[in-house]
Amino acid sequence: MAEVLVFVDHVDGAVRKPTLELLTLARRIGDPVAVSLGNGAADTASALAEHGAVKVLTADAPEFGEYLVAPKVDALQAAYEAVSPAAVLLPSSAEGKEIGARLAVRIGSGIITDAVDLEAGDEGPVATQSVFAASFTTKSRVSKGTPVITVKPNSAPVEPAAAAGTVEALAVTVADSSKGTKVVSRTPRESTGRPDLTEAAIVVSGGRGVNGAENFPVIEALADSLGAAVGASRAAVDAGWYPHTNQVGQTGKSVSPQLYIAAGISGAIQHRAGMQTSKTIVAINKDEEAPIFDLVDYGVVGDLFNVVPALTDEVKTRKG
Amino acid sequence: MSLRIVVCVKYVPDATGDRHFAEDLTVDRDDVDGLLSELDEYAVEQALQIKEAADDAEITVLTVGPEDANDALRKALSMGADKGVHVEDDDLHGTDAVGTSLVLAKAIEKTGYDLVVCGMASTDGTMGVLPAMLAERLGVPQVTQLSEVSVEDGVVKGRRDGDTATEQLEASLPAVVSVTDQSGEARYPSFKGIMAAKKKPVESLELDDLDIDADEVGLEGAWTKVEDATERPARTAGTIVKDEGEGAKQLAEFLAGQKFI
Ligand SMILES: Cc1cc2nc3c(=O)[nH]c(=O)nc-3n(C[C@H](O)[C@H](O)[C@H](O)COP(=O)(O)OP(=O)(O)OC[C@H]3O[C@@H](n4cnc5c(N)ncnc54)[C@H](O)[C@@H]3O)c2cc1C
Ligand SMILES: Nc1ncnc2c1ncn2[C@@H]1O[C@H](COP(=O)(O)O)[C@@H](O)[C@H]1O
Repeated sequence: MAEVLVFVDHVDGAVRKPTLELLTLARRIGDPVAVSLGNGAADTASALAEHGAVKVLTADAPEFGEYLVAPKVDALQAAYEAVSPAAVLLPSSAEGKEIGARLAVRIGSGIITDAVDLEAGDEGPVATQSVFAASFTTKSRVSKGTPVITVKPNSAPVEPAAAAGTVEALAVTVADSSKGTKVVSRTPRESTGRPDLTEAAIVVSGGRGVNGAENFPVIEALADSLGAAVGASRAAVDAGWYPHTNQVGQTGKSVSPQLYIAAGISGAIQHRAGMQTSKTIVAINKDEEAPIFDLVDYGVVGDLFNVVPALTDEVKTRKG
Repeated sequence: MSLRIVVCVKYVPDATGDRHFAEDLTVDRDDVDGLLSELDEYAVEQALQIKEAADDAEITVLTVGPEDANDALRKALSMGADKGVHVEDDDLHGTDAVGTSLVLAKAIEKTGYDLVVCGMASTDGTMGVLPAMLAERLGVPQVTQLSEVSVEDGVVKGRRDGDTATEQLEASLPAVVSVTDQSGEARYPSFKGIMAAKKKPVESLELDDLDIDADEVGLEGAWTKVEDATERPARTAGTIVKDEGEGAKQLAEFLAGQKFI
């Protein structure tokens, strides 16, 4: 069977969940060959093997951390040339898209970004995308070169599928021209202990209605009772009430959880763009005319400062 | 010597309008009002601030798009950019990201540049790949997704807020930069700016001027193919209750019914 390159997103050897989802999709097209770069690359092998990687190509060089994006493109290109894959899959993070974009230009291939599903097809893999703020669903394929496709988190289940996962060192020469952008410093984001926004099964988001940073603990308490991640609208972020990393929407994170709860959010098109594909949508808003109510499975017209704390108590009681 | 800044701006269908696809499955740009992509206003704003901090700089705004894309250039010129370049050619209809990057790169080279500034993504395609592709094609550093940017002594510096870390980046010019909507509100064009924009020069270029063959671009030449586009069915109307003291209980009941609690 043809091989499919899967670019691994990991933090010091800990594979992030979207990469495991990529392996599920890759197996529909061929045999997944993982490409794992940077500090801890070799430590990713066992997790990748358990989820279907037949081979794990690893390379670690200081350049991967010292310069932005381009050295990883050199490495992925080396893997591409070594394997001649049927497709190259990457996670739809900012970095994943940029690596994919540059690789596509280098190897003369088309690129599809933000796929939410992937199927084998007669003329190569067919990618499903959700466009125009999720108001349309499209099916596309790459018509020139080797398909390069980036996939959004939560687009496929993580499925264990034991494979060899043979580790091979990938020989990479980082070109001088790839050392143009120096990473002068890197400050890792502090963990909040809550699930990652894009990976969470439940997301609870607050908007302008939360009315101040000092009130966000109301949202956090509900999130914690449900084991959920916390999101925010851009209005709440711009006001400085919550960090931008938690913003949901067109210019923030795009989420697709099992359950999305919006409190004090009106539901502007740019916010909907980032949450409309959630399975179940719930809103709490004191304005019954708020557009968010057009999307909901269940809506409560009311003051979030009454409803949310009471709901938190209900959840705690029922969970015991 | 003057710092030559090229800002790439895209003309897009209004996101608050009823966006849809044309029969050939390209984005319909006729039936919906278009405008300068809001995310590219941030690019124009940062270019203006870089120019204001420099001794001597000139800003060219560049767009690849249909006739109406001229509106996007005029808006950017009214904000304060100095001149425009409009690549317009019937053969460009249906061009995808890889093709657009080819056209933009050739137009940037023809214009001459020290710094290219892009938005983080276009509001219609939302790919966020063009800046990286431009860096690849031009063979210069990419300093992208910046929430803060400055240029001093031929060096561009910026802050990139990633998923797992915040990075401080640095590169020598020439370089390609993209800025996010966290980089600072874009200014509104003043009346004076709007009047002045009418007199600013806009150069029109066709594919021939850029030595690009028609079969390298357009729908036929595209590297990707949209095979099907269907409107997402409207979500079925949900249950909406008014909170009269029982709202939280009712909602909890619903969540329990769905097995979330
Ligand atoms: C290019 C661009 C990109 C953008 N990207 C994003 C993005 O990524 N994410 C995003 O979210 N937005 C984005 N926006 C902004 C978007 O257009 C809206 O401005 C924003 O989503 C509004 O946030 P909000 O719903 O919290 O605020 P508002 O629209 O002000 O709504 C607040 C809601 O809270 C309700 N409320 C107030 N008090 C209470 C209370 N006590 N109890 C219950 N309800 C209450 C009100 O009835 C109202 O419906 C973008 C805009 C542009 C132009
Ligand atoms: N047709 C175009 N003309 C000019 N600039 C463009 C065009 N398409 C994309 N860009 C630039 O590239 C950025 C990213 O676009 P994209 O990769 O399409 O999401 C935009 O914010 C613009 O700065």
